[in-house]
Amino acid sequence: MKKVEILAVCSHPGILQTLLRLIDNNPGWNATGADNEQQALAYFNEKSFDIVLLGSGMDEVSEDRLRPACLAINPAVKIIRHYGGGSGLLSGEIYQALN
Amino acid sequence: MANTVLHKADTRGFADHGWLKSHQSFSFANYYNPERIHFGALRVLNDDIVLGGGGFGKHPHDNMEIISIPLEGDLEHKDSMGNTAVIKHGDIQVMSAGTGIYHSEYNKDTNQAVKFLQIWVFPNKRNVEPRYDQVTLNPADRHNQLQQILSPNADDAGVWIYQNAWFHMGNFDKGVSTEYNLKAKGNGVYIFVLKGDVKVNDQLLNTRDGYGIWDVDNFNITAETDAEFLLMEVPMEFKY
Repeated sequence: MKKVEILAVCSHPGILQTLLRLIDNNPGWNATGADNEQQALAYFNEKSFDIVLLGSGMDEVSEDRLRPACLAINPAVKIIRHYGGGSGLLSGEIYQALN
Repeated sequence: MANTVLHKADTRGFADHGWLKSHQSFSFANYYNPERIHFGALRVLNDDIVLGGGGFGKHPHDNMEIISIPLEGDLEHKDSMGNTAVIKHGDIQVMSAGTGIYHSEYNKDTNQAVKFLQIWVFPNKRNVEPRYDQVTLNPADRHNQLQQILSPNADDAGVWIYQNAWFHMGNFDKGVSTEYNLKAKGNGVYIFVLKGDVKVNDQLLNTRDGYGIWDVDNFNITAETDAEFLLMEVPMEFKY
């Protein structure tokens, strides 16, 4: 069964590591991490993602550039904001995006 | 016409980690209910018991307004901004996680459990500089009247957060009633009963029931028994 591919974009190293660990804890999900907009776009051009998760440190200017760029490459991608640092809300955020 | 939602106490999520017993009014961690994700900007309402000596080790948070309200016992807080504090009954603690913060919370008393409410509100501004604050309030000031414990304003009573939200607590004797007038258009109120029975307009609520009401300008709350409760007014239109 194909895994759900999730690109987590977050400039806070500790939170990014937490997000990647929690995502990979789910056998149906696979995480890729980027700590800045350029790296995120590079990964997005290389690989097909189902969800882009925007975490801490992504300012609105970066978000406003990243969203249309990702949607132009893959109009079906779900772009969601992450809140809370991973502890507690992450699964709900991803399930909501998938549903 | 008022809109309402009732969450009876026994319908909440529950997690038992041994050292932590947590009742969750909204989806959290392994409790996922698509009908119970949030109430407007109110995202987490966890009713937690931390056994003696137990606690949450160092862990990160971002982009969330986190409010802790101790109900019994003392909880020690340490964070990456250098704050070390003990919060106890009567205190209200707030953290704006913003761009990212680490913290830990421990019950240092091996003989007594800590009971506290952990409340998370979506911020109205992302990636703020992390901040921590706590205030000590006099619980006597909520006897038969509403005591404001949180607002959006730094110079107002209680703590403040990055959101158009107001929290009040009440400790009412049986038969005491008051009207709550909402502070902002488009807001709703989530009432959480800590102890006893209350009526919100005509809706009876018992201990640990939650009740959301919105599309109203005001409502009446009456203690049917001696009762303690928390009112959380938050914006309903929150896009995340």
